[in-house]
Amino acid sequence: MRGGSLWQLGQSITRRLAQSDKKPLSPRRYFASGADLKKTALYDFHVAHGGKMVPFAGWSMPIQYKDSIIDSTVNCRVNGSLFDVAHMCGLSLKGKDCVPFLETLVVADVAGLAPGTGSLTVFTNEKGGAIDDSVITKVTDEHIYLVVNAGCRDKDLAHIEEHMKAFKSKGGDVSWHIHDERSLLALQGPLAAPVLQHLTKEDLSKLYFGQFQILDINGSTCFLTRTGYTGEDGFEISVPSEHAVDLAKAILEKSEGKVRLTGLGARDSLRLEAGLCLYGNDMEQHITPVEAGLTWAIGKRRRADGGFLGADVILKQLQDGPTIRRVGFFSSGPPARSHSEVHDENGNKIGEITSGGFSPNLKKNVAMGYVKSGQHKNGTKVKILVRGKPYEGNITKMPFVATKYYKPS
Amino acid sequence: MALRMWASSTANALKLSSSASKSHLLPAFSISRCFSSVLEGLKYATSHEWVKHDGSVATIGITDHAQDHLGEVVFVELPEEKSAVSKEKNFGAVESVKATSEILSPISGEVIEVNTKLTDSPGLINSSPYEDGWMIKVKPSNPAELETLMGPKEYTKFCEEEDAAH
Repeated sequence: MRGGSLWQLGQSITRRLAQSDKKPLSPRRYFASGADLKKTALYDFHVAHGGKMVPFAGWSMPIQYKDSIIDSTVNCRVNGSLFDVAHMCGLSLKGKDCVPFLETLVVADVAGLAPGTGSLTVFTNEKGGAIDDSVITKVTDEHIYLVVNAGCRDKDLAHIEEHMKAFKSKGGDVSWHIHDERSLLALQGPLAAPVLQHLTKEDLSKLYFGQFQILDINGSTCFLTRTGYTGEDGFEISVPSEHAVDLAKAILEKSEGKVRLTGLGARDSLRLEAGLCLYGNDMEQHITPVEAGLTWAIGKRRRADGGFLGADVILKQLQDGPTIRRVGFFSSGPPARSHSEVHDENGNKIGEITSGGFSPNLKKNVAMGYVKSGQHKNGTKVKILVRGKPYEGNITKMPFVATKYYKPS
Repeated sequence: MALRMWASSTANALKLSSSASKSHLLPAFSISRCFSSVLEGLKYATSHEWVKHDGSVATIGITDHAQDHLGEVVFVELPEEKSAVSKEKNFGAVESVKATSEILSPISGEVIEVNTKLTDSPGLINSSPYEDGWMIKVKPSNPAELETLMGPKEYTKFCEEEDAAH
């Protein structure tokens, strides 16, 4: 997860048109009532703006609005997008020992982060596999703010709580607060900074990629991180939920309609174009950050010292190299999707696609997946099986669309 | 055309959704979206394909209702000329940004022409589902099959009922 958001939706949810033609049509009472699915503070706002609501990770979320997913994806990179990601879980860890505590659970060099900066990291299990990915920020030495995926909320919180209990029983000083009183919005694209600047007195030109600030935006105290899940410049804004609708309205108004409400469908296309993992597809319990190409997220000191769950497995992979690696693909024919087999030119299976689709900005198929180490070099020609037929493809570097993170020159 | 989840995607959705519902596929639609166009003079299948019968040639495509629910088409897979199609059997696939759907033939016969424009412009299915977005032309082997299809009024009602049930 980059910048705090992910979903399985892109690869798996579609609107069903008709049941299997072989079965008799029967009316189905699927649409979950309010009691079944959770709603964010912006639910009514989405519906009023033409949002098509779908179930996602126990929430009712907009997959798209009136514009098509393709148009929405292109608009993000040309103008900008506003996403409701309030289904994601934000929490704060506090206390004198919150930094060493978190370091037992993630691969990041948390101690080495300057105050007010953050990074993508991975929560690992005993086998070095990924429990979840997360953007963590060291606010101060005694306060860490982090965002985890909606689909992993229960799992992650149980994991953190279990380890926190053990840590405290040994005298460690750490506590947590889960920010259910706040809603997370993501504002991405070239207009993100100019539009947001209208709503705050702080000089956003001094807030670089990965940096964090607590500040007043549109009259309420927000947590602001310059990060995202699209590869564009942008922000994730944690706003008190009672002000979420007003903030969303203000952002859309200040952009004079150029920044559009954008749903999860476009969000998945954007993160795919940016080469970012979707937990549940490209990263799972049995995949290590090394295999996933996230070695850069493992702090240098951590590579020497370990001290996180599964460190022995990961340190060994860093030494010997992993047996599989995540790579990008271009392909012809129908878009390659999750679980499509990847073969070498001679028809031997060398890997599998974990996400893929049509890229609205590049107007070609893009996909990511895992192949055997040794077969992973850029340019390697492959065949990808879609519906049993092989189509030509080749391995390519990611991101597919160049990123535009705001960094000091 | 039947919208089918490819099994692996289904597994993903079910694995990670905390919704207790076994169906992972039905979002809410606002009912006002019902009014797609349905043309006179065509016959319709319950799987949302249309047939235009002109003497010895039948042209087949997917309806406005179908393309609207599918979203933007990015790829179309069609059969070769001279291949056979059978009533209610799959003859190709339509891919949208997020999903793949099979296309079922409303009638049986031999494919005599395929719309090659759809290779470079799959979006014609969205912009012109009944005209430029036609998919195949077939020589019907059993014209009586046309009688089993729905007319425009029947199909319109069918769509309304289907949307309301979801």
